[in-house]
Amino acid sequence: MGLTRQGSGVNAATGGAARMLAHTALGFAALAVLFLLILPALFAGNGYWLTVLGNAALLAFASLGVWLTFSIGRINIAQGAFALIGGYVTAILDTRYGFSFFASLPLAGIIAGLVGYAVGWPILRLKGVYFAMITLVLTEVATYAFLNGGSFTNAASGITDIPRPRLLATSLDLYLASAVLLLIGVVIVWRFHISPVGAVFRAMRQGEELAASLGIDIARYRLLAFVVSSGMGGIAGAMFAAVQQNVFPTSYSVNDSINFMLYCFLGGLEWVVGPVVGSFLLIVVFQLLSAIQRFQVLLYAILMIVVMLFLPNGILSLPRVVSGWRNRRAA
Amino acid sequence: MTQILIDGCVLSANYALIALGITLIFSIINLLNFAHGELFMVGAFMVYYVYGVFHLPFVAGLVVAALVTAVIGALFEKFFFAPVMRSSTREENSMLLAVGTALLLDSVALFAFGHEQRGVPDVIPGVMQIAGGFLPYQRLLVLVVSLVLVGVLLWFVQYTRPGRAMRALAQDRDAARLMGVNVERTSMLGFAIGAALAGLAGGLLVTVQGISAGAGPAISIKAFIMIMIGGAGVVGGALLGAVVLGFAESIGYSLLPGSETYLLIFVALILFLIIRPQGIMGHPWG
Repeated sequence: MGLTRQGSGVNAATGGAARMLAHTALGFAALAVLFLLILPALFAGNGYWLTVLGNAALLAFASLGVWLTFSIGRINIAQGAFALIGGYVTAILDTRYGFSFFASLPLAGIIAGLVGYAVGWPILRLKGVYFAMITLVLTEVATYAFLNGGSFTNAASGITDIPRPRLLATSLDLYLASAVLLLIGVVIVWRFHISPVGAVFRAMRQGEELAASLGIDIARYRLLAFVVSSGMGGIAGAMFAAVQQNVFPTSYSVNDSINFMLYCFLGGLEWVVGPVVGSFLLIVVFQLLSAIQRFQVLLYAILMIVVMLFLPNGILSLPRVVSGWRNRRAA
Repeated sequence: MTQILIDGCVLSANYALIALGITLIFSIINLLNFAHGELFMVGAFMVYYVYGVFHLPFVAGLVVAALVTAVIGALFEKFFFAPVMRSSTREENSMLLAVGTALLLDSVALFAFGHEQRGVPDVIPGVMQIAGGFLPYQRLLVLVVSLVLVGVLLWFVQYTRPGRAMRALAQDRDAARLMGVNVERTSMLGFAIGAALAGLAGGLLVTVQGISAGAGPAISIKAFIMIMIGGAGVVGGALLGAVVLGFAESIGYSLLPGSETYLLIFVALILFLIIRPQGIMGHPWG
């Protein structure tokens, strides 16, 4: 599979589908056991690490959305904006209108998705660096918009004292909820990836004009990817609002949007679990090296440059790169 | 009213340097330089140290700013961008690399320069009065020097041999190579000049607005706005984008002090891009 992966878009949708589905189910079961049994068992009673892992799961969930927009060939630097929107939706509904968190969580995803729909429809006409620039600007717009929202968004002081749902009282509950959310996210993105829609996405990444000439309604498909991505960002933001019990216009900056991209890249853009691997790796490593957190941005920067220079296809491509070296040495 | 015009002119001229620099890099090596605002910030700090702290002449500060940022740009191109562009299969790779260099400069600057807002004393004190508006000589200096530099750059690109090589590269890399253009050296030169323009813009504007180590991303975003308005990779578009943004800012801030101005600029930009995704003068998809 490893070597043929790049050209496997069509194969995955037809020929090797049954075998791949079995592999997928097995891989997913392993992932579920890891997140729902092994990790909680290892860190039971260790609230600090459960919080760290829960945060990593939520960041991975938001990054999965970004991954989906990468799969249609768009560089999406707007995920921070949608996380912010999701956070505010939950904050406002919970504190002012007495919504329960579990009612406002899907609403946060839906509203973020609707905003993604309204914004995405025009801006998805842009490609390449143009799309990257406009999504970067969107992250800034969201911050400014909530900053200027007057009493509705509480301007710079943000919304604090968001009640934490009774079901999510302990850090273990929060971790498990985040992990379940992440697994759902993996399933959603995986479903897209192996379905004919996923094949359409990959076709669009390789050439939108070509895809359009085959009769694919590219405007609808790219909007679909962006809306799902935005909705996932909104849900992640809502969960974060519940975990941290506050949200500010500056809760998510351009750097956060960039980090979501970094997680995808670090893991690898060819694998659905790429963003999961990337975000857990970075976040866990940086917690372990807590002494150097002062240098976090510097290390992120160096890491980004090193990965681009030496592992441009992400950490998950390491086995392939290593076997490439071996073959060359053998030859 | 006159005041808005004066401020708009000064800002536009300075922004033109930023926009031209990022356009040069974009058109020559097809890279969106995310670190452009950071290079602006480095240039500003060079002037702060040379002129503000060591009390050497302002011109010396500008020269140091240009040289340091040019060297940073050339090194980035040679050791980071050139190898990745040669081997990468996805356009995203070089862009994320650019983001990495921006973060690198940001964090190094934070350690090297601290996070205080810095300013420098006026080079030429005094204020000129024109038809009811005030134009400090300091701003006049920024305006004049910026316009001269824009003129020099346009002349350089249009009429000199390396300038022609750069334009050839922007049109067609392979054809330029076949015509005997040293593509590697010209790319490096283009990146260095683009970076130096950002550094010079920062070195000039520090005398008016001051600088802090965290100023980079905001400037990069301004640069992006300008090339989105004008059209990426088009010199005329960069100049037009600079004028539009400079005046939008000066008008906006005189009516609505605070962050509403930028919110409106962003919204207007998105509405504009719906009508014309390639910018005013850009060709569709470069």
